Amino acid sequence: MPGQFPLEKIIDNFSGQVSTDPTVTDMPCVVVPPAVLVALCLFLRDDDAFKFNFMADICGVDFYPSLPRYQLVYHLYSIDLGWRLRIKCPLDDPPKAPTITHIWTTANWHEREAFDMFGIVFEGHPDLRRIYMWQEFEGWPMRRNYPLRGYKDKYNPFGEEKASSQKHTIGDIL
Amino acid sequence: MTDVNVISESNQEHGLSREVLMNLGPQHPSTHGVLRLLLQMDGEIVKRIEPHIGLLHRGTEKLCESFTYTQIFPLTDRLDYLCQPSNNLGYALAVEKLLDIQAPERAQYIRVLMAELSRISGHLLITGALPMDVGAMTSLLYTMRDREMVMDLMEMISGARMHTSYCRVGGVREDLPSGCVERIIEFCNIFENRIYDYERLLENNRVFLARVENVGNISGEDAIALGLSGPCLRASGIDWDIRRDAPYEIYDRLDFDVIVRTDGDCYDRWKCRVDEMRESLKMIRQCVAQMQPGPFLIDDPKIAFPVDKDLLAHSMETHIHHFKLAAEGFKVPKGEVYSAIEAPKGELGFYIISDGTEKPFRLKIRAPSFVNLQALTERTTNMKYLADVIAMIGSLDPVMKEVDK
Repeated sequence: MPGQFPLEKIIDNFSGQVSTDPTVTDMPCVVVPPAVLVALCLFLRDDDAFKFNFMADICGVDFYPSLPRYQLVYHLYSIDLGWRLRIKCPLDDPPKAPTITHIWTTANWHEREAFDMFGIVFEGHPDLRRIYMWQEFEGWPMRRNYPLRGYKDKYNPFGEEKASSQKHTIGDIL
Repeated sequence: MTDVNVISESNQEHGLSREVLMNLGPQHPSTHGVLRLLLQMDGEIVKRIEPHIGLLHRGTEKLCESFTYTQIFPLTDRLDYLCQPSNNLGYALAVEKLLDIQAPERAQYIRVLMAELSRISGHLLITGALPMDVGAMTSLLYTMRDREMVMDLMEMISGARMHTSYCRVGGVREDLPSGCVERIIEFCNIFENRIYDYERLLENNRVFLARVENVGNISGEDAIALGLSGPCLRASGIDWDIRRDAPYEIYDRLDFDVIVRTDGDCYDRWKCRVDEMRESLKMIRQCVAQMQPGPFLIDDPKIAFPVDKDLLAHSMETHIHHFKLAAEGFKVPKGEVYSAIEAPKGELGFYIISDGTEKPFRLKIRAPSFVNLQALTERTTNMKYLADVIAMIGSLDPVMKEVDK
């Protein structure tokens, strides 16, 4: 494995727009606004110093009630060089992020999962539909304010009572 | 019963072409669970595949947010139900990284031993199930017979055949029972020859080869872009194995080869797994030989239950710790960690964000089957007919419980 991870090279290349996260200790981590995300991913994949060809995972996070509420966490791996990198992308409410399916094909289902569970809209995604829940399902189950046992209806007598203000439909955010 | 919707009809020069939408599954025996595929067919030729998953979605990640760290172990059992000790190990390693502790050496050996046993158990299923999907029924009966030996070992070691929940944060639940090592060695001796039997049974079987050879080829570049990992990636010629490239536990002390094949077709993905079982046997033998007596659980009353149960009756302090641990669990310092292991299906990653309490704030499971299954949607070469799709599903070896989480 080659020596020190050239984290400074990323910071220098995107002067002022990309910062590091000092609280993370297990791997290098950069924080990036959604506007720069695609440029950063392309740079990381194609630059010979990084060669991040393997997109391992996309994780949506909801920090309700603190702000910014949403975050996307990308985990990259470089098969040639053996490096891992974490990219954090904080999002506003309602959450919107650019898609990276054209950079790594595998992002397709990961982004659909984040959309399904958190309602994060990926602009430019070729096929943004729910992946786990059925298409008519209302609400975003992994959000912190979604009850663990769901909302009460005729199939779910143990769910919580739904206040009308909490109702989210796909139409509300798209 | 298959639903058929005609979506277009056109008179082409070779006669009538009629494209239909066809439903495969979720109750189809070759979809390995409840996978539903929507196929756009032109006669026997597949034009487009649209997988519909989520029929087994249990909201594991949401449940994890309301469980303590120890309570999550049984949930990880239910991800890939063919190789539970691997899932336990992946999760335990992530929590241990957060706590900054390490399991005792003997525990690491036992965990690796169990993980490799479960790899054999998982690979045995596809060794028999892929031929069965394409029409060779016999092989599954033989592999299931041998899988029974692994199940018996699991039962002997952990007390459960399927959902072992054997790992704990900081070690394993119990030490290996007496007489277990001999049984494992006996299993290795029997099983080594059985692998040759499978190869003799299937490698010269012309019907099996015709159905899987040069079917569903995935190039190395495509495989990486699709995020494939594990045997599916190595069958496409990419030499990457987390056990060797970023060794966890005691894998760096074991001597094994990473099986890499070149064609990336269904046959290579199958063969890659058959060969990996041989490497797993090698590793199990080395584990048994290198293992030394010693503690199997970390000696920290705030994280693990006391090994000596008599202490509970005599020591008030032990009693208090035991009560606190059982009632509340242990607190994990604030932070986040991503830990990946080489599960039988590929890279199994756990990303945990801890907010300093005894329950994870967010736990994301990077399930290898979920990512591998995506390869179905892309246009892989030599996957033209409906029969090839069945071979492709079988060779990708998805476990739907892991796909749906």
